[in-house]
Amino acid sequence: MNDLLEILQDLHPEVDFETQENLVDEGILDSFDIVTIVTEVSDTFDIRIPAGDIIPENFNSAKAIYRLIQRCMDEE
Amino acid sequence: MLFASYEFIGFLILTFLVYYLIPRRWQWGFLLLAGYIFYALADPRYLLFILFTSASIYGCGRWLAARKAAFRERFAREKEGLDRERKKAWKAAEGKAQKRILLLGLLSNLGILAVTKYTNFAIVNVNAIRTAFGGSALPMVDLLVPMGISFYTFQSIGYLLDVYWDKISAEKNPLKFALFVSFFPQLVQGPISRFGDLSKTLCIPHAPSAEHIVPGLERILWGYFKKLVIADRMLVAVKAIIADPDTYGGAFAFAGMLFYALELYADFTGGIDITIGTAQVLGIEVTENFRRPYFSKGIKEYWKRWHITMGTWFTDYIFYPMSVSGGMQKLNKWGRKHLGDRIGKRLPVYLCSFAVWFTTGIWHGASWNFIVWGLGNFVVIMISQELEPLYDRFHKRFAVEGRTPWKIFQVVRTVLLMSLLRMFDCYRDVPLTFRMMGSMFTSFHIRDLALSSLTGLGLGAADYGILLAGTILLTLVSLAGRKGSVRARIMTFPVAAQCAVWFGLFLLVILFGYYGIGYESSQFIYNQF
Repeated sequence: MNDLLEILQDLHPEVDFETQENLVDEGILDSFDIVTIVTEVSDTFDIRIPAGDIIPENFNSAKAIYRLIQRCMDEE
Repeated sequence: MLFASYEFIGFLILTFLVYYLIPRRWQWGFLLLAGYIFYALADPRYLLFILFTSASIYGCGRWLAARKAAFRERFAREKEGLDRERKKAWKAAEGKAQKRILLLGLLSNLGILAVTKYTNFAIVNVNAIRTAFGGSALPMVDLLVPMGISFYTFQSIGYLLDVYWDKISAEKNPLKFALFVSFFPQLVQGPISRFGDLSKTLCIPHAPSAEHIVPGLERILWGYFKKLVIADRMLVAVKAIIADPDTYGGAFAFAGMLFYALELYADFTGGIDITIGTAQVLGIEVTENFRRPYFSKGIKEYWKRWHITMGTWFTDYIFYPMSVSGGMQKLNKWGRKHLGDRIGKRLPVYLCSFAVWFTTGIWHGASWNFIVWGLGNFVVIMISQELEPLYDRFHKRFAVEGRTPWKIFQVVRTVLLMSLLRMFDCYRDVPLTFRMMGSMFTSFHIRDLALSSLTGLGLGAADYGILLAGTILLTLVSLAGRKGSVRARIMTFPVAAQCAVWFGLFLLVILFGYYGIGYESSQFIYNQF
């Protein structure tokens, strides 16, 4: 989780990612940010995130992104 | 059959009546029939194309679903005896087989779209090269371009990708799927619906109820107001300006730019109001396509609020899959190693963004005007993205963020920028468009904007008065819409007041709609896309 928070903080230092639950719905993360996160996460955790999993529900909070990472790791 | 025609209104009335008079279990089947009649009335040959798309995408969807279910079952049964590597290899081989089915559906349908819509554009470009080298020109081909093919092809492809990604289950009933492809209100100019959204209300029985019929009819009326009172009237002056660029440069080109922005907004949102209102009368929910786009404070925000279903389609089905593909991930790594972290990270994102805007442009029309328009949007978005740190510093230094005058400045800037790019829709080629853009800065004479000059464009002073009043009304309704649905609020009025409002609007359409004996309303601009 710490690695993920570091990636997110790098992108938007002004956001408290531990408490935010609507990152996509409130427009804090846009499509460019999401692609950057997917790229960084894929690199750091050595996983492939399928395009079909890029939906707002999977990116609305750090916890949701982490759950997605774990699921992709399980499926590897 | 144009939306703004007596035939369409007759078709609507008949459809509404039959829909609610027949047994409810037949309603969706009747809508399928109505859709095909609507389509065949435009040209019976179009039916072949939409039937092919419906059948091929339905078939590929079912094939994918069957293959996925069979694999899941076999994998669950046999995975215990396999080590990690063999499981991975098995999954990869199955993934490839599923991808082949997906590609069959995508390429066959995109192939038809490409051949029907872009063959002549390709020939024009090949001819330009051939003649430049002294060769002879190839003849153009006479191809049938089915009405709304871009819309229903994209909608169907979205469905197949969603099935492939397990976002939705494949529809079992081929006729219900055919209705999803050919639902007549959205057949010609969208919105581009998702199966997961539209199917919730499309095929279920609907009882007639004032709760959805009345707001639906109100929305249709509001759509006709925008189309007939504003868009079709504004079109007269726009046509006059773009037809004679040598006479109408400078301030006239500037006026034409703003007039076209108004016409396009009233035309497209009006058409979508008629679409969504018609669906609402039938008890069916269609995704909203606009959220007051001309109040956006930046171009990225604008594209989240204008033609929303197209923007999200391109993001979900082109931008994301391309950005996270193996090739782009490799490019990212290569870029970071050789070009540094800053450029390396951006390279794949910008490349995908370029592809999206190129596709958006060419989707709108087979001409360089639309491609340059799409790429113009790309350039502006990239510049604003790169300048974001500078904007942040400016906002902190001058503390303007959130202040009303600054917000107004941002809104006006966005409208002007978007309107400027839209000039590519209007003029016959790209160099002429640039020339007319330039003329706004080199030969701008304010006196050309006087009413006495503008009345030379085919509209009288009364027309401009109606347009001004109509624009004020549009703006006020948009502003009021920020606090929730305006129609929902009108519905809280006493019944007499509600009737007065809607009868008043009906009278405005009848009295001030731009038509007369022998007049035929123009086609909606987005029909041609």
